[in-house]
Amino acid sequence: MNLTPAYPELFLLLATSAILLIDMFLPDAKRAITHYLSLFTLAICAIMTLGDLNSGQTWYIFNNMFLSDPMANLLKLFCYLAVGMTLIYSRKYNADRGMLGGGELGGEFYALALFSLLGQMVMISGNNVLITYLGLELMSLALYALVALRRDHVASIEAAMKYFVLGALASGFLLYGISMLYGATGTLDLSEIARASSSVTTNHTILVFALVFIVSGLAFKLGAVPFHMWVPDVYQGSPTGVTLLLGAAPKLAAFAICFRLLVEGLFTAAVDWQQMLVVLAVLSMAIGNIAALAQTNLKRMLAYSTISHMGFMLLGLLSGVSDGHAHLAASAYASSMFYVITYVVTTLGTFGMIMLLARNGFESEQIDDLKGLNKRSPWFALVMLMLMFSLAGIPPFMGFYAKFSVLQAVLGTGQVWLTVVAVLFSLIGAFYYLRVVKVMYFDEPTEHAPIAVGPEMRLVLSLNGLAVMVLGLMPESLMNACLDAITKTLAS
Amino acid sequence: MMQSTSILLSLSIWLPIAFGIFIIAVGRDENPGLVRAVSLIGAIASFIVTLPLISQFDNVAHGMQFVESASWIARFNVNYFLGIDGISLWLVILTSFITVIVVIAGWVVIENRVAQYMGAFLILSGLMIGVFCALDGLLFYVFFEATLIPMYIIIGVWGGANRVYASFKFFLYTLMGSLLTLIAIIYLYTKSGSFNILDWYQLPLTLHEQILIFVAFLMAFAVKVPMWPVHTWLPDAHVEAPTGGSVVLAAIMLKLGAYGFLRFSLPIAPDASHYLSGFIITLSLIAVIYIGLVALVQTDMKKLVAYSSIAHMGFVTLGFFMFNDMSVQGGLVQMISHGFVSGAMFLCIGVLYDRMHSRQIADYGGVVNTMPKFAAFFVLFSMANCGLPATSGFVGEFMVILGAVKFNFWIGMLAATALIFGAAYSLWMVKRVILGAVANKHVAELTDLSSREFLMLGLLAIMVFAMGLYPEPITAAMQTTVTDLLQHVAITKIPAL
Repeated sequence: MNLTPAYPELFLLLATSAILLIDMFLPDAKRAITHYLSLFTLAICAIMTLGDLNSGQTWYIFNNMFLSDPMANLLKLFCYLAVGMTLIYSRKYNADRGMLGGGELGGEFYALALFSLLGQMVMISGNNVLITYLGLELMSLALYALVALRRDHVASIEAAMKYFVLGALASGFLLYGISMLYGATGTLDLSEIARASSSVTTNHTILVFALVFIVSGLAFKLGAVPFHMWVPDVYQGSPTGVTLLLGAAPKLAAFAICFRLLVEGLFTAAVDWQQMLVVLAVLSMAIGNIAALAQTNLKRMLAYSTISHMGFMLLGLLSGVSDGHAHLAASAYASSMFYVITYVVTTLGTFGMIMLLARNGFESEQIDDLKGLNKRSPWFALVMLMLMFSLAGIPPFMGFYAKFSVLQAVLGTGQVWLTVVAVLFSLIGAFYYLRVVKVMYFDEPTEHAPIAVGPEMRLVLSLNGLAVMVLGLMPESLMNACLDAITKTLAS
Repeated sequence: MMQSTSILLSLSIWLPIAFGIFIIAVGRDENPGLVRAVSLIGAIASFIVTLPLISQFDNVAHGMQFVESASWIARFNVNYFLGIDGISLWLVILTSFITVIVVIAGWVVIENRVAQYMGAFLILSGLMIGVFCALDGLLFYVFFEATLIPMYIIIGVWGGANRVYASFKFFLYTLMGSLLTLIAIIYLYTKSGSFNILDWYQLPLTLHEQILIFVAFLMAFAVKVPMWPVHTWLPDAHVEAPTGGSVVLAAIMLKLGAYGFLRFSLPIAPDASHYLSGFIITLSLIAVIYIGLVALVQTDMKKLVAYSSIAHMGFVTLGFFMFNDMSVQGGLVQMISHGFVSGAMFLCIGVLYDRMHSRQIADYGGVVNTMPKFAAFFVLFSMANCGLPATSGFVGEFMVILGAVKFNFWIGMLAATALIFGAAYSLWMVKRVILGAVANKHVAELTDLSSREFLMLGLLAIMVFAMGLYPEPITAAMQTTVTDLLQHVAITKIPAL
């Protein structure tokens, strides 16, 4: 059997196990070895995945249970990037809190982060609903443990409980939906499901019933309204490094399973899930943006902003279902994918900034903690300014092109009212991003402690900020990469 | 696709931006003198590169000149497509000129974070020139929106006591309008498959579509101009902004909106423009008359000039929507003239504010006794503001009124009457601030203009006189373009059934 397409996953599994073992024998002073081994592992995975991506081919292995196509490989690359950058950003943050050194925990952070990444990769590549589900659970269990890492911290424990209970509920929904789907179509293979669901003998009522549960489960994982209740508490309660682990790469995986299940698997029921996504998208944009206005905690504000961004992303996904044109459909899905990637790149920077300013005993998670940042560090204030304007969708930053391409896709289906709703809520959203800029630039600093982080993090965070700018000036390459991946995936 | 023949426009856009980025990147607050010098060099260099545009501009040629085109986002058929015609030529020059003045104006007044201040203005200047040159819808939008960021920072960091409120209001108001415009731009793309503005001119659209597109554009441009009743951000922004910010706002940013009408609304939706012209003319007349009355009762000098800006821009939109050569050209001349005059007025108020730290008219009186040179400039610019013949303010208003009389006697009559309000609030302010006996001991201690202040006001005074006495070069350059535009607007774009 040709296992080549699964090499990144297999390598990651072996390497993570090895890192876990090696870390056990490392003295605390040498924890850096774990750090660099993890980054090295990600780099090797990236090289392998890049090779697969460049070949532009689609492989089905393990009896069609696992597939490797351009979309999967592109998303995986950004997952590596997200996890790798999170590890770099959170290194000093974790060390300060005794999460790496001789404190309560050792190098588990790295092992758990890599296991959650493995789960995401399986989700992205699963061509069988059960495999997808296994990947989802692998990711979720690793993340539950990560959220609870600070075991003597009340907010963390509350967040972990909430995340676990609601996450388990969502998994239950999804599994129930999957079992219905199996009942309706008699198969768990996504290609088979696509074939069976279009046949006249399939009971449409059961299919729609299954769909309701599947969409609810997916909405939980994405954090779309009305299944968003866990998002603010978990974002706020988790250590910031963990917030980033569950706020960045998992969104890419969630996009992938939405695409696989809804577009590839259940396209015949598109009329039904399109309606559901419209409701989810509009509610998410409304509640996310309005609730974010009232937040004073930066992490909580970003949590609500995430909810609104997921709503916007769903707009792109639902615009693929238009009358006919395959080209328009691919363009719509690609806009959605570009949106998620943009969101992830920007979010990495914003949470990186929170960790940059955090110190031992100081979380720097209130919006007011950014006061006068322009006086303390003009460069990082500028980076944060670019990130905030990008999230608000102001040109010339990357976030604008993400919003633009999604709006273009929505307008392509003729739903003018949806675009008007979307831009009105982004107008409301602009207010709270502007407030962050205001605090940094217009207010006098209350903190005067110098920013003490290593050159590694400074460099990566600066590059992160510049990427938002440069991809804003030249968005074409990434847009085309998304379109290319989606087109090839749809064609296969 | 047209070939790239010139890089002058790119240079005009990117040179100030490059200088701005350089100054922000390497400028240190410990050495403000060097920062100022480099900024001035940058501003002057950016002004000089725009001058060949005047000498090489062909007054009788139709269509766009200095065209540059390169693919930017091929997937959406977005191009880096630049070009200017008689409408945009003088606005580009105005922008680069005012930037020099603004750098001089901020020379000693701004003491903290000089590098960021100067850098923000230079970047802003490049972005605004970009708005005037962009012939691609998305490129236009990117420049149009990006101007908000430096202005937001300028008002918020260097502004007055209530700056946070003013900066938010400025940003959100403008963003509200432009987001709807974005939808219109994307809609035009889905209809035509191109972001080329010139292609949109030829695109047939039903009246219903045209009205929706017109309204979407109106949202952005009316806020920017600003037209009554969406003008309320302007007095706040002006009052709170530092002097340089007020100058750029009044002299150039307001023109972005008026320019948008000529570049987008009229040629893309000509039938809707005719259909809704009564509505726009009404709003413009309200701006001219009602806002003129509002200006009369202001006690804050900056607010007074801010309201007078709204009234003057009312003349501009009034001129545009009467669709005759005279009125449209008058509106354009008024835009340029207002750029000089309102900029000069705000600089004058800045000069007083730097000395007295008050903008209240009541705190002044008899300034002529202690600042005779300043008083001469102030009276001159106030006269220009109310349209005295031989100053630039007269030419535009006169042409608009002539056009209005041709269009409808009563509108012309109303507009002409409104000039009286202009004279009233300008001259009454002069009377209360400049003339009379020395009002209090603070006024008695005032020192007259420094050579730096004399230089910037003097430059503007020359422009005001030059335009007033010999407007020919300016009107000659816009003649062909305006005629072409009006011919285009006169032809219906509604597809035959």
